[in-house]
Amino acid sequence: MHELGIVFYIIRDVKQAAGENGVTKVNAVVMNIGEVSTVVPEYLTDCWRWAADKEDLLRGSELKVNVTPAVSWCEDCHQEYPTVQYGKTCPFCASEHTFLRRGNEVEIKEIEVPND
Amino acid sequence: MDPIKVIEIKKSVFADNDQDAALLRKELKGKGVYLLNLMSSPGSGKTTTLIKTIGLLKDSLRIAVMEADIDSDVDAVKIREATGIRSIQLHTGGMCHLDAEMTRQGLDNVDMENLDLVILENVGNLVCPAEFDTGAVCNAMILSVPEGDDKPLKYPLMFSVCDMVVINKMDVLPYFDFDLDKCKKYIRLRNPKAQVIPVCAKTGEGVDVFAAWLLEQVKSWKQQ
Repeated sequence: MHELGIVFYIIRDVKQAAGENGVTKVNAVVMNIGEVSTVVPEYLTDCWRWAADKEDLLRGSELKVNVTPAVSWCEDCHQEYPTVQYGKTCPFCASEHTFLRRGNEVEIKEIEVPND
Repeated sequence: MDPIKVIEIKKSVFADNDQDAALLRKELKGKGVYLLNLMSSPGSGKTTTLIKTIGLLKDSLRIAVMEADIDSDVDAVKIREATGIRSIQLHTGGMCHLDAEMTRQGLDNVDMENLDLVILENVGNLVCPAEFDTGAVCNAMILSVPEGDDKPLKYPLMFSVCDMVVINKMDVLPYFDFDLDKCKKYIRLRNPKAQVIPVCAKTGEGVDVFAAWLLEQVKSWKQQ
């Protein structure tokens, strides 16, 4: 439900990057969205369509989403495991002393612009 | 020539907010104003708990409240009428959370020179407010008994960012399948440091424990 707010953040950052690189038109914005980032990719692209089309720089541009896997680390047996499948409990030693290593990122990876 | 050029950005969408929040926290420290970010679901009793808490603390601390909602000013008016302290209403313009910049704009409207404690009552929501650092010194949340003891499992981020969890509406415990011990266990899975205080804001039971905790927090933070 916070996807629209995040879209406004993305637009702000892309506008800034476009200004710094002398870009006046953006074809696509590529995002890395972690599996457990609580951002729903479908909602994000829906909100993007609505908000991006209100900006000259971004009208008609596509938001491409790479979903990146969530990985947790067990402090007791020093192994990584997939977070979504096993949650807080380590599948190797059943420890609860685990923490998320990656998979909650909401990151602008790159922008695609006309090459002229 | 490739018709498309790729420009690498590699930037977290939250990076600017995290920076703004860190700066705000530093400024608050300079001014000696403790900012508490209070979060919960809609209807958990944030405003009622605050009114009771402020009643117990207003002789010891100079307090202001910032109410964040999507619309209306009912909460700010309620706090002002019930406690006589300064309270202002922030509108998030449809957004489901407050970020550090919005918090700063709100703080510009309170007289920071003559305050010890500002309580930010965030938008009622267990998802989005947890994502955005407001610049607060401490995050606290209220969970109410009718919501269920499983909420720390369903909203892990909220519980991992809060160091204080107030469990409200303890008076209705007999009517719900809410297991307080189980709930505490789930909370500590998310945040081993989290403290839990059961209260009933309606009768005031336990609110004194929360108020004492908050007073101690503000005092020890000011001395640091």
